[in-house]
Amino acid sequence: MSKLTNLTIAQARDGLAKGDFSATELAQAHLGAIDKARGLNAYITETPELALAQAAASDKRRQAGNVGALEGIPLAIKDLFCTEGVRTTAASHILDGFTPPYESTVTANLKRAGAVFLGKANLDEFAMGSSNETSYYGGVENPWKRKGSDAKLVPGGSSGGSAAAVAARLALGATGTDTGGSIRQPAAFCGIVGIKPTYGRCSRWGIVAFASSLDQAGPMTRTVRDSAIMLGAMCGHDPKDSTSAPMPVPDFEKALTGDIRGLKVGIPREYRPEGLSPEIAKLWDQGIDWLKAAGATPVDISLPHTKYALATYYIVAPAEASSNLARYDGVRFGLRVPGKTLDEQYAKTRGEGFGKEVRRRILIGTYVLSAGYYDAYYAKAQKLRTLIARDFAEAFKAVDVILTPTAPSAAFAAGEKTDDPIAMYLNDVFTVPTSLAGLPGISVPAGLNAEGLPLGLQLIGRPFDEETVLKVAEVMEQAAGFTALPAGVEG
Amino acid sequence: MSLDKNTVRNIAHLARIEVPDDELEHLACELSKIIDFVEQLSEVNTDGVPPMTSVADLSLPQREDAVKDGGYQDKVLANAPEADEGFFLVPKVVE
Repeated sequence: MSKLTNLTIAQARDGLAKGDFSATELAQAHLGAIDKARGLNAYITETPELALAQAAASDKRRQAGNVGALEGIPLAIKDLFCTEGVRTTAASHILDGFTPPYESTVTANLKRAGAVFLGKANLDEFAMGSSNETSYYGGVENPWKRKGSDAKLVPGGSSGGSAAAVAARLALGATGTDTGGSIRQPAAFCGIVGIKPTYGRCSRWGIVAFASSLDQAGPMTRTVRDSAIMLGAMCGHDPKDSTSAPMPVPDFEKALTGDIRGLKVGIPREYRPEGLSPEIAKLWDQGIDWLKAAGATPVDISLPHTKYALATYYIVAPAEASSNLARYDGVRFGLRVPGKTLDEQYAKTRGEGFGKEVRRRILIGTYVLSAGYYDAYYAKAQKLRTLIARDFAEAFKAVDVILTPTAPSAAFAAGEKTDDPIAMYLNDVFTVPTSLAGLPGISVPAGLNAEGLPLGLQLIGRPFDEETVLKVAEVMEQAAGFTALPAGVEG
Repeated sequence: MSLDKNTVRNIAHLARIEVPDDELEHLACELSKIIDFVEQLSEVNTDGVPPMTSVADLSLPQREDAVKDGGYQDKVLANAPEADEGFFLVPKVVE
């Protein structure tokens, strides 16, 4: 039997069902692995006691014949999900000492499905970042290394701890959240699968808010099948989130038929800008060939407003963030820095509690919403958002799914882009349009670059058509046969 | 369009974030770069385009306006930096 930490969720599910090992043994194997890989800084809070108690309860349930969809499966939870009785930080100083007295809907759904929680995964502060370097608790190290180099690489962000934990075999799967690419880009950087479902699929209740019209939770796993299994357990209608879609949850795993004959795959010409890395372009072409060989038809399409997506995002997201983050006032929870007056206490608490990137975004958001600038920036951006969504709606009249690269590069070195916010923002150029339109998008590991680092391809689908996205993703996964392992992980 | 130190000081005040004076210059420069970057949207003609107000194309659900939840003051106050007698404590706001 291979190492327990190397199993996929589907394999672990079968092994547990057959009685080859118990949930307790599976949890212990992962806790041992976490112990040895603490240098990656993938977890902010480890919860070994909780994990073992949940695993023991899971083993008991199984004996009683009561088995959930993720029964006994050990997961990492991005530290943006509120977890009852377990410290939740959003990787920010301003949430010091905060222990939620309630459970987010997504994590409650996972618990109900029998999952075991290993701990809270590191992230960029308030999920604002593309490299996990803005975490108050320190950056996360990508388990992958460039060939012949020991330089520390970033795992991507903001769900960097989740991605690193899954890639380094410190969890069988992890929750992530995606506002402009925060599931898909780190999945690509760490050689794993990550899906951002349609806006409204997963409840946002109990997830620390960044930009409410963009935030969506999703699974990060090592295979497409595992993402299908985990997504099914995470989503579903929740009356506590007024934007949660009152729609039935399909059996996503059943959608993985392997048959994509006759499907039309859109190839948007605007995603091949001048200066696109030849390696990324080559991989994209390879992806087109794989899908063609499986019986799908590539179709050239145009998404004409693509070039404005990033600028639109960097108005809408900070505007919503500046409003959402107004709640951190040092009065009801978290850090308080005393001041002589209430106003001074607010300013001191927020001045000390927010990191530089979060401060930058709150200030931009405040500016674009302020009197005299609202129409020029915010209202304009909301109109652009309509145009970007229309581009996709138009394209989906002719195609079933869209194929693009996930990110413009492979993982970069820590510190390489921290001085230039715009250079950092460009990481999300291929993922942001999907977020603005609220569409489902998945990143699948498709190959290695010349330096031996993983690269991902993205598939985008119609609203609430995760099934087609997952089906095509699995076909591409099979064709890619991605079996490479990060440094320090034995097969 | 570039933001000067005073504008940044004013935005920081609106956002209730204390920014040390010696950081204002650098911050003004960074924020100006971002504003310059997003300025490109002005070249797009958006006449007659409605602003997006709902991502998921769903109408907001309605529910009965009734109290169905609550009654856990202890939980609400559990994370307060300072609380007393069932209230959050703040510095004096009225003279």
